[in-house]
Amino acid sequence: MARISFDKVSKLYGSVTALKELSLDIENGEFLVLVGPSGCGKSTALRLLAGLEEVSAGRISIGDRTVNDVNAKDRDLAMVFQSYALYPHMSVYDNIAFGLKIRKVPKPEIAERVAEAARILGIEELLKRKPRQLSGGQRQRVALGRAIVRQPAAFLLDEPLSNLDAKLRVQTRAELAKLHERLGATFIYVTHDQVEAMTMASRIAVLNDGELQQLGTPQELYDAPANLFVAGFIGSPAMNFFGTTVTPAEGGYRIDAAAFKLDLTAAVGLDLREQAGQETVLGIRPEHIHDPAFLPPGVVPAVIETTVDVVEAMGSETFLHLAADGMPFIARVDARSQAKAGQRFGAAFDLSRIYLFDSASKLAVKRLGKPDQSDVGVATPS
Amino acid sequence: MAVADDIDRPTMGEAPGGGSRRRRLHFARIPLHVAVIGLALLWSIPTIALVVSSFRTPEEIAGSGWWNAIKTPFDWTLANYDAVLSQRGLARAFLNSIIITAPASTITILVAAFAAYAFAWMRFPGRNLLLLVLVGLLVVPLQMTLIPVLRLYVALSVDVEVPLLGGKLFGTSSYPGIWLAHGAYGLPFAVYLLRNFFGGLPRDLIEAALLDGATDMQVFFRIVLPLSMPALAALAIFDFLWTWNDLLVALVFLGDPNLAPMTLRIANLVSSFGASYQVLTAAAFVSMAVPLVVFFALQRYFVQGILAGSVKG
Repeated sequence: MARISFDKVSKLYGSVTALKELSLDIENGEFLVLVGPSGCGKSTALRLLAGLEEVSAGRISIGDRTVNDVNAKDRDLAMVFQSYALYPHMSVYDNIAFGLKIRKVPKPEIAERVAEAARILGIEELLKRKPRQLSGGQRQRVALGRAIVRQPAAFLLDEPLSNLDAKLRVQTRAELAKLHERLGATFIYVTHDQVEAMTMASRIAVLNDGELQQLGTPQELYDAPANLFVAGFIGSPAMNFFGTTVTPAEGGYRIDAAAFKLDLTAAVGLDLREQAGQETVLGIRPEHIHDPAFLPPGVVPAVIETTVDVVEAMGSETFLHLAADGMPFIARVDARSQAKAGQRFGAAFDLSRIYLFDSASKLAVKRLGKPDQSDVGVATPS
Repeated sequence: MAVADDIDRPTMGEAPGGGSRRRRLHFARIPLHVAVIGLALLWSIPTIALVVSSFRTPEEIAGSGWWNAIKTPFDWTLANYDAVLSQRGLARAFLNSIIITAPASTITILVAAFAAYAFAWMRFPGRNLLLLVLVGLLVVPLQMTLIPVLRLYVALSVDVEVPLLGGKLFGTSSYPGIWLAHGAYGLPFAVYLLRNFFGGLPRDLIEAALLDGATDMQVFFRIVLPLSMPALAALAIFDFLWTWNDLLVALVFLGDPNLAPMTLRIANLVSSFGASYQVLTAAAFVSMAVPLVVFFALQRYFVQGILAGSVKG
């Protein structure tokens, strides 16, 4: 077990930069998820740490040791591949024992450790089978077993759930989280699926175009996205965005979107002083747009006139595809909502949960503190 | 065959009427099967003629066509084989062929497998250029190299008699000399074939083994070689056949008639016993038998799906 750190690590493939000066400290026992769209550099970061690729610049260390020039086999890391990468000509037992045999661990100890790993993963009956006789979920467990048995400094997981079907994925997600707790080991997990990131991570690092966008706990990323990319990436369905301008108005600021205007008082909690007269992007998550008939407590509503395009009733909640003056967005409202496709609908924006981003820098406008619960804004039709 | 097997096999959850459709498909393929079997028979006629003739007396061979021997009463003789194996020194030639071919093929496959692994999975400067040069060697005609290599062998000759095997330690008329020559001539194709196969193994498997702590040597022996049995078996058969059937290299590099392989001895049979057609047929069949054994022994490694279950795309 050891602390892992990336210090301004870059990776270039020819003239293409896959990773740009990534600095990241991963604490012992942490479940860190690297998340981002394909090609964002997350897998590159993992492969650099594993020693499967060479670092172009910067320093990677495990514990007190700089490992830039250490071979993959000597880094004491175990990796679970997206493809599972089981050795097809070996039985499950031999697959799991391979790393121990290579390290010349005595046979009785190998047997003991393989049995223990198999017990943890519930694959004791499969030990004599060949990988081709296993289902996807079982193969995935064997791949995990191969990592667990080694008792490595850290586990690297490269999209390990992406080949499982949806139901199994949810189940395995929970099992992985449990396994992490049980082993107390450092997990570094790469995924493009923000749901996996949100549900399992103790901290998430969001990457895009080879650059670290934000590092924080799942709740921090959800509540306070640092920029437009993180805001759009974290959360499902994604945050709605509207191009707006901010102008000072009586008692606060007026946010002018093409389809509507919002009057904000200072109490909404956004520091808009520098944004006055600027192009900004207004962001609001679908779950913070409500049906006025079913307002949860604590909401600071501003009702916008819209038309309903599509109603998707999920049973537990309803997704409304709305359009305000032709501008489409999604609301996630109470399942009891009576909204019908084609009808007018007053969408209640929770002003205490809106975000503003600078159009030029894409950075989030800072919050001044917790907004109070009084009526802080009114919407006016544009 | 494989295709026909797949179609004949019943499948679960078959739609009603699927059986008759399959039967129709089966009938539709009959002309194809007839054509393929016919071609195979046609192709085999010379070999069958050779085998049948090898069991006939010189008078019969001279007097009637080989197909007459298939009719009863059978009047077959083993005299030709007796003549070949005891009287004409072909037994020793047979042994010589094995002494030449087995080590030469082993050298080719072993060296090629190591080289192919390096070209496929190890990173070193000039890798692609080296591979290009090696593959380029495929177009160099063997005949062009004979004189330079022969001169080199004469210069490097080690005149020490090797016990048991016979011949010199190195140079012309030496087994190690012809092993190296055959080994080297087979290398460009062997490396090319194996590199492509090794390179096609899933990258994740190699990387997983490296992360499990394996060295390149361990990855090679414990992962790559066991998974490459089809390619290795194919290569073994090819290379064995080439070396076994070779006449030119043996003619050039083996001056000593006592070291000569079957091919050389059979060629001499034609010239010195031009009339002994019956002995030639028996000798040719003996020469064919070993490659057939090798082929059938390695055939079971030509199985598909050896990688099944390793990675899921």
